[in-house]
Amino acid sequence: MRGYVLSRLAQTALVVFLSLTAVFGMVRLGGDPVLLFMPMDIQAKDVNEFRQRLGFNDPLPVQYGRFLAGAVRGDFGESLRYRRDAMGLVVERLPATLLLGSTSLLLTLLVAVPLGIVSAVRRDTLVDHVGTVATVLGQATPGFWLGLMLIYLFSVHLRWLPTGGTGTAAHLVMPSIVLAAFFAARIARLTRSAVLDALHEDYVQTARAKGLAEVRVVGKHTLRNSAIPIVTLAGLEAGQLLGGAVITETIFAWPGVGRLTVQALLNRDFPVVMAAVFLTSLTYTMLNLAVDLLYGWLDPRVRVRA
Amino acid sequence: MKRTKAWLGVGITLVVVTAAVAAPWLTPHDPLRADLTSGLRPPGSPGHPLGTDQLGRDLLARVLHGARLALFIGICTVVITMVVGGVLGLLAGFVERWPSAIVMRLADVQLSFPFILLAMTINAIVGLGLRNIILSLSAAGWVVYARVIRGEVLSVKQRDYVHAAAALGIGRARLLWRHVLPNVAPSIVVVASLQFSQFVVAEAAISFLGFGVQPPTPAWGSMLAEGRDFLYVAWWLAAFPGAALALTALGVNLLGDWLRDTFDPKLRV
Repeated sequence: MRGYVLSRLAQTALVVFLSLTAVFGMVRLGGDPVLLFMPMDIQAKDVNEFRQRLGFNDPLPVQYGRFLAGAVRGDFGESLRYRRDAMGLVVERLPATLLLGSTSLLLTLLVAVPLGIVSAVRRDTLVDHVGTVATVLGQATPGFWLGLMLIYLFSVHLRWLPTGGTGTAAHLVMPSIVLAAFFAARIARLTRSAVLDALHEDYVQTARAKGLAEVRVVGKHTLRNSAIPIVTLAGLEAGQLLGGAVITETIFAWPGVGRLTVQALLNRDFPVVMAAVFLTSLTYTMLNLAVDLLYGWLDPRVRVRA
Repeated sequence: MKRTKAWLGVGITLVVVTAAVAAPWLTPHDPLRADLTSGLRPPGSPGHPLGTDQLGRDLLARVLHGARLALFIGICTVVITMVVGGVLGLLAGFVERWPSAIVMRLADVQLSFPFILLAMTINAIVGLGLRNIILSLSAAGWVVYARVIRGEVLSVKQRDYVHAAAALGIGRARLLWRHVLPNVAPSIVVVASLQFSQFVVAEAAISFLGFGVQPPTPAWGSMLAEGRDFLYVAWWLAAFPGAALALTALGVNLLGDWLRDTFDPKLRV
């Protein structure tokens, strides 16, 4: 296990380093990066002065070194709009995103896993068919459309829930449902097929043959063995929740990292964009690491192979 | 159930494709022509079955023309990512050693950024518009192909017929082209069909946020963004473009599921 943990840690460190490099390269995709880092109201004659001051005249390796040196201290420069430390702004928004993300993940697992299990155990019954229709529709429905329709129904029409913002539990209801819908559909499908696979294994037949109650057969022998693909996907999806949060947070005016990123892009506030994109990538990479470690703990075979 | 889903997928996809191809003949209205005297008409108004938007443009015409744009972007992106991701995946699987390591690390890094966030940021940096959204979606989307194809090539390479062909002294390029590629082709098609709706929805999401196709071009995403501002007075502006998007995703997803079940049941994307 120790070797496995160490090799995962080394890989993670490499990915974090490379993603920092990607963030550095990204702002240079459009050509002249100085255009992304100057205040909007600048005169053409001052551009060169800015270029000099921001260090864009230095050789690329020097710029890169300076960027890395700043980044490891969490220094991505100052927000052009708020005149504050860019990373500080992003970190301030992190709790809101984590709250929304974890509520959605919890909701996803609470709905999707039982639905998947029941669909598999009661295969080809009404429950299974209803479940299939729900998951197929859930996967096809774009979150931002679902969000708008829910706002129309519950806020505009029925006036039950606030259209957006934060503060009370009622504010959390629609954003977490919207964020959870797509992932719940995926996880329910995967749970169903993982449980179906496990139900056909020899050890399940053995358990049945020796006269165990079906509840025990499913609860003990099947579920444990279908847990691995479910945990893997749930972990990967937890990362994708961060991407989905970009849209959901914007629709519901949820003050998280996703909304901040969109606003920073609209304001062309690139120090904040870089900090936010990097922090999202870092969170995602850490989640993946956690999943990998959990995976190694759940399934000893993985440790040996790695 | 499986057959029903497959037929439903084929049917819905055909409807969407027909709507896109025949858009100019299905409605007499120009999707861009504004008529301020007939703004915000509700669905069912004479001459405007889905109603009109705030500028009096016919919503049906805009939704139908939106289908053209959505399918065009979807097809372009799928083709580009298929070629780029496919070539890199083939290379990584076939040559192994350092090309494999480079492609896989690149994939790891790219996957550490959520898809939408990456495409949106690239688009905001290189500039908005149709061409750039196709390029940024492709830049963010090739990874899935590369990973799946590499995995497939690694397993196909171990088959006896490939060993036999190699033993006969066939060149590596020919081996790859004649013996490996045809055997991973079904997976490529399945991945393409499963990716298609993801691209179409992502494009709409990015246009919705304002970083994709710009108004007045009738893209479903930017129509939804406009509809959002009028949600209190005109629900149909957001409802119909979104429904068209969901329907397209549904049809293509069902089609993709069917292709996977038929050609490559073990594949997970």
